[in-house]
Amino acid sequence: MPFTFFLREALRGLKRSSAPALAALLTVLLTALVLGVFIPIVQATTGTANEVRSRVVADVYIKDAATKSQQDELKQSLEDTSGVKSVEYISKTEALERAQEKNPKAFKEGAELLGANPLPASFRVTPEDPDKLDSIVATINQSAQPAMDEVRNREEDTDKILSATGLVKALTAGLAALLVFASIALIANTIRLSLFARRREVEVMKLVGATNWFIRWPFVIEGVIVGFFGGLLAVLLLIIAKQTFIDPLSDRFALLAGPDTIDFPLLIVVLMFASIAVSAIGSGITLRRFLRV
Amino acid sequence: MASVRTEQAGPRARRRAQDPNVPVVEFRDVSKVYGGGSVGLDGATMQIQRGEFVFLVGPTGCGKSTCIRLLMKEIEPSKGELFIAGRELGGMPRSRVPYMRRNIGVVFQDYKLLPNRTVYDNVAYSLQVIGESRQEIRRKVPDILRLVGLSTKLHNYPDELSGGEQQRVSIARAFVNHPPLLLADEPTGNLDPETSIGIMQLIYRINRAGTTVVVATHDSQMVDKMRRRVVELREGRIVRDQLSGLYRPDESTTEFAVRLRGELGVGDEGHPN
Repeated sequence: MPFTFFLREALRGLKRSSAPALAALLTVLLTALVLGVFIPIVQATTGTANEVRSRVVADVYIKDAATKSQQDELKQSLEDTSGVKSVEYISKTEALERAQEKNPKAFKEGAELLGANPLPASFRVTPEDPDKLDSIVATINQSAQPAMDEVRNREEDTDKILSATGLVKALTAGLAALLVFASIALIANTIRLSLFARRREVEVMKLVGATNWFIRWPFVIEGVIVGFFGGLLAVLLLIIAKQTFIDPLSDRFALLAGPDTIDFPLLIVVLMFASIAVSAIGSGITLRRFLRV
Repeated sequence: MASVRTEQAGPRARRRAQDPNVPVVEFRDVSKVYGGGSVGLDGATMQIQRGEFVFLVGPTGCGKSTCIRLLMKEIEPSKGELFIAGRELGGMPRSRVPYMRRNIGVVFQDYKLLPNRTVYDNVAYSLQVIGESRQEIRRKVPDILRLVGLSTKLHNYPDELSGGEQQRVSIARAFVNHPPLLLADEPTGNLDPETSIGIMQLIYRINRAGTTVVVATHDSQMVDKMRRRVVELREGRIVRDQLSGLYRPDESTTEFAVRLRGELGVGDEGHPN
């Protein structure tokens, strides 16, 4: 009985302040939509960045003049360096083949032009933790093996990718925060108007001894209804978008389905939860400020 | 410390509430100064016994409404103690206030009815919001509306009723739970003398059924006709407390106060019942 009473009162309030309620609903919808689009995108970019990071390696070039035993000694010392996951030998021919594969024109013609293979043999060192590569390189440099010519790592590329994804993340987080703030403010405003429209009811309720929560519940439910429908609409739009755009694409291009992203049902749950939480917070703020019961 | 005290006072207070000798309302040197420095009540001391019918009279701004609002715990006294049925209001936790209010019916000059609800729904609403069952509501509401003489107007909206009828609805709402105490703030302030008599009759009938009634009014005719206990306030002070009094005493208030102080000892022991 109390719940149906609360629900009826909440709907009555929504009917009376339908314009602000609609504005609040649209803001919640927008917030959920932005979150729904950006959570998978951020996850995909982060996933890509991590993949690149996991491929981070250092190349230890070997002097052409190094003897076999010096090379073995170098390999042994690299393998013994702490934090190194694996060491792979790349011979001069292999190095040239790989280079030609990547850039056929320069290396094919260049090799022909030079008449000899300009590329040195190398050991490719893969670290266990990409972040530790720097210290590994430093250790290798210090070891000063006679066969070692030069150590290079490809960290710079990774750094660029990571900073780009970082920017995307920060922008999204900023946008989401702004929209969440706007949603809370608009819901708070809706509830405030509703509170104003029903001040007589509130007065009477206080007068006849309704408990504080009895007075508050209809307003909280009102806010939650707005949040629920905002979230629901956003989820419906996302489902439609997914089915019309993403699904056909991912059938054709394996690439799009590639990176690991959040499961769609889980995403829906997260969005609904966020919408309802945002609206409950909005209602709560107003009630705290304007309904001193 | 405070909670320990209220816990200890709990059963005792209940026993005292059942004791007919414990006053329903007791003001002990209560003062109320509002934010702007205006004085609402200044050292008021009085007792109202079970089943009494008391008029609070005096000009506007003398503290009548302050008394009512203090009793509803809508505002807190600046000084002094206020008891309802032997229970001190100042020490009452905020969460208990709604339950305390359920034992007090209030009637206002402007009725405070909900314009978009019918007579029946207005009364039912006050039961719904304290969590009464639907069955109880269906039993109680027609009963009380019959008592106030509105059983034919159940489905009318307040704006379709006369002022007197609207006040009857508000009395029905205040009394539907049969509270032991009924407060009325200018209940006849907006009504013509004839209608006022009807309203007073109704309030008197409620009083005769055992409910303690406090009526704040400046309707001198009514007070003179009713001949009940009169407490006169002036600038927040109680200047007269008289059994079966008139709105204005024959003697000047100063003379009266002097006499009264002599007779009643400034109301410290209440008045002989």
